[in-house]
Amino acid sequence: MRKVTCVIIGGGSAGLAAAIELKKNGIDDLLVLEKGPEVGGILNQCIHNGFGLHEFKEELSGPAYAERFALQAEELGIPIECNTTVTAFYPDKSIEVSNKNGYEVIQADAVVLAMGCQERTSGQIQIPGMRPQGVYTAGTAQRYVNIDGYQIGKRCFILGSGDIGLIMARRMTLEGAKVLGVAELMPYSNGLQRNIVQCLKDYDIPLYLSHTVTNIEGYPRLQKVTISEVDENRQPIKGSEKVFEVDTLLLSVGLVPDNTLTVEAGISLDARTRGIEVNEYCESIMPGVFAAGNVLHVHDLVDYVTAEGRKAGRGAVRYLKGELPERNGFVTKAGNGISYVLPQRVDYPSEDESVEFSFRVRSPYKNASIVVKNGNEEVKRIKKLALLPAEMEKVILPKEVLTTIHDELVIEVEEA
Amino acid sequence: MELTCIVCPRGCTINYDVENGEAINITGNACPRGKAYTEAEIKAPTRMVTSTVPIRGAHCHQLPVITSAPIPKGSIFEVMEEIHNTSIEAPVKMGQVIIENVAGTGIQILAARSLNKES
Repeated sequence: MRKVTCVIIGGGSAGLAAAIELKKNGIDDLLVLEKGPEVGGILNQCIHNGFGLHEFKEELSGPAYAERFALQAEELGIPIECNTTVTAFYPDKSIEVSNKNGYEVIQADAVVLAMGCQERTSGQIQIPGMRPQGVYTAGTAQRYVNIDGYQIGKRCFILGSGDIGLIMARRMTLEGAKVLGVAELMPYSNGLQRNIVQCLKDYDIPLYLSHTVTNIEGYPRLQKVTISEVDENRQPIKGSEKVFEVDTLLLSVGLVPDNTLTVEAGISLDARTRGIEVNEYCESIMPGVFAAGNVLHVHDLVDYVTAEGRKAGRGAVRYLKGELPERNGFVTKAGNGISYVLPQRVDYPSEDESVEFSFRVRSPYKNASIVVKNGNEEVKRIKKLALLPAEMEKVILPKEVLTTIHDELVIEVEEA
Repeated sequence: MELTCIVCPRGCTINYDVENGEAINITGNACPRGKAYTEAEIKAPTRMVTSTVPIRGAHCHQLPVITSAPIPKGSIFEVMEEIHNTSIEAPVKMGQVIIENVAGTGIQILAARSLNKES
């Protein structure tokens, strides 16, 4: 059995950042396992620009961002095995892999999970109507267009206003298709405001808020999509139907961390993030098992994924060097108006100068405050002009505050 | 008047007035780029364009490309037409010029990544 000090499962932005951090800190016996033919993960199909504002102070396209990290990994001599699928991962940190050489078991001392996320599919949202050709998840369509070079349709409708759906509305338009509209179930968009502007408004593509698809017709190819307005309970309102004659329907209805391997390994998931529960070093309840990037929680910006990968890498370095003290900290709690807080635990409150917490609000707010509490006692308050569920918020707390928290840290929204 | 800045993911809501075809009294921008964006957006809006061109001899079928600088918003579809009429052979280096002076804008179309020749 091959023995490797640290195995990183997934060679996307989180996995590469973790591997680079490990290597730079003297952990040489590394292995990145990547199922695709090259590293970079989903960035390779995200050809639009806007990546890297935090990391490089530049606006790069996805492939360019990926290439910078792939080059760095190559220069550092980090071993990467592509076209290699991890088929199982066990609590003793043994990993089963399958590639062109066959089946192999690798024993690791530490593991970084960086498998990314998956799209929610039509089955998961119980979309009504027929099952014709021409219905794709937005990310699959993005791959078909940007990597495989297929033309996927000429008249298109999009369900869901997540960023990939918005980006694909523009992409399909530039490729000569007519995009008739985007329907969003919620009364607000789930994508970044800038994407509403540069992907929809620029091309006069209507956004139907509080609408959903209520019928799909056509055989064998999609011919008609019906959308209806929904009431405050998200139920379709009779008589509000609009019919669009389209050959393509793209679904941009959410991303879910890809934790199939994790669950099979017996590690339980946080019901809200659908990722594992971690401490401030991205370390799971099982010492030596780390997770970073979209497998942990779905991010809006790749720059944050890279930063999180680095954090997990740093955690793995300290674990492998035996530098982490006994766990003795507190848990975090998503209070009023907050859907989740990460990390779920702070295990080493006096180890670092500060800890960064990420969270999302449940619904949009204007002129509200983010309040951080040590139990019932307020320790920090940040005024916010606007808060949106689509935009991840962060708060950093210094060691002086962290060491005074003994039970739980609560983050909540307070309306003005 | 109000617009959403698209320079970065922060997406500031910017307020402004228009006088003689120019934006004035610009507020709400978190950085100087928001002011510059608002001024350009009122006077002569521009956009970066990203797309792909078919590539032969690489491990995938499409090469992602990007404009070397923002192009006038009104030229987007002319630029796309030139991109649609272009194809290339591997190997390609990131930043390599794929089209010079695209649609007469004086701007180049660049390879957004490197792609090696597959043996």
